[in-house]
Amino acid sequence: MKRSAKKPLHKRGPIQRRVVTPRRSSHRFYGHGLPGVDASQLGGKLIVVEGADGSGRSTQIAKLVEWLEAAGHATVQVGLKRSNLVSEELDNAKRGNVLSRTTLSLFYATDFADQLENLILPALRAGFMVLADRYVYTLMARDLVRGMDEPWLKNLYSIALEPDAVFYLNVSPENLVQRNFAKDFALDYWESGMDLGLSRDMFDSFLKYQRMVVEKFRHLQTIYNFTILDGDRPPDVINRELQRKIQSIVAGRSR
Amino acid sequence: MLNKTFAEMGYPGRLIAVEGLDGSGKSTQVYLLKRWLQLQNLKVFFTEWNSSEVVKSATSKGKKMELLTPTTFSLIHATDFADRYERQLVPLLKAGYLVLCDRYVFTAFARDVVRGCPIDWVRGLYNFACLPDLTFFFKADFEVSLNRILQGRPQLKYFEAGMDLGLSTDIQESFRIFQGRILEQYLAMSTEFNFSIIDANTTIEPQQDLTRTIVAKTIPLGEFHFILT
Repeated sequence: MKRSAKKPLHKRGPIQRRVVTPRRSSHRFYGHGLPGVDASQLGGKLIVVEGADGSGRSTQIAKLVEWLEAAGHATVQVGLKRSNLVSEELDNAKRGNVLSRTTLSLFYATDFADQLENLILPALRAGFMVLADRYVYTLMARDLVRGMDEPWLKNLYSIALEPDAVFYLNVSPENLVQRNFAKDFALDYWESGMDLGLSRDMFDSFLKYQRMVVEKFRHLQTIYNFTILDGDRPPDVINRELQRKIQSIVAGRSR
Repeated sequence: MLNKTFAEMGYPGRLIAVEGLDGSGKSTQVYLLKRWLQLQNLKVFFTEWNSSEVVKSATSKGKKMELLTPTTFSLIHATDFADRYERQLVPLLKAGYLVLCDRYVFTAFARDVVRGCPIDWVRGLYNFACLPDLTFFFKADFEVSLNRILQGRPQLKYFEAGMDLGLSTDIQESFRIFQGRILEQYLAMSTEFNFSIIDANTTIEPQQDLTRTIVAKTIPLGEFHFILT
């Protein structure tokens, strides 16, 4: 059972030749949306995977891409801080730790808007499956932890398109620490919330900060209604659950 | 907070903003105002729209490569404003400075709305900021602004002419239409935000005379001296 799950896809059995045409879903923006864009004209599916660093997002997305492509769907991947417009500047600014919280927040929003307009929307118009490695919820959760005004954030991100599905990989902070150390033997300054002065001890600060973020995610979940998955399970088990849920979205069934 | 001035919020400092169309001459006027205040040995700080070091390279890259959409145009300017606001304006106003701003949030309210961003969204972005204690609006006719710009440099810039909106393929025509719409927006908010309107079609000196008179009448300048101990 465990061995077969680790086999590459092509050895797991015959790949289906028939390609399922996804049922068209009606897209809409959370609020104001974007000038000149009619969300109801968009095809494709927008699938978001959220979770902390080390929660296994990129592993899950890589597996989903393989699975979706095998099933005949074209995919595009997007993430935070990947825009042409500001990703470089954002990196520089974060390195120097010179930005105040509103500035950082707006900088990330600019990065998001740039990718939304230049990557996500064109891909959806062309009928792609768009896999987003984090979305506005991470940005909102981080800002809420930093004391930003919730109505202000909601207005800011009212430009966002409502995804077809949002999956949040919930991993216990203790497990996150272990995974981060296993990956590069260090904790990230920002992912540890060191800018908040919670503790001078980075390990301590990481645990406190991640708990605060999880709390904000739970709050956002009640508003934006995303699916929380137990991320402490083995990757393949999680991926099978994701596949089942995405399959029903492609088939046009409700989540 | 966009309903209270710095004075009403209890800041010891005061903020003076100047607004107007490109080529209205407001930068010349605010420069002369700054010199007048500085030469009286007052605590003065001057800041310009779109000048934050952290954000600048992204803005100029976006403009050069025409990467900006109305939404990203709006957000990147809000980022620039927030950086200057939180790192300089607020601390200086808390320290009792007279802060002069060449353009303030009203520039975004006018421009971004003309570019198609919803007015509530744009105003919401900036609602972390207080209102100026005094806002001058330099009101010039298009022909006057256009001539002033063209005297200074050979060509109009892509974004100041609103070429991204596809109003006209002729850049001067596009400038006229675009600036005309911005003017409408400015005038529509002039009562709400209590603009002091200065006729910018005249020569430099009478405008500066009026500007200084209004400043002296509104702000107790004597309270803003450097106190050397």
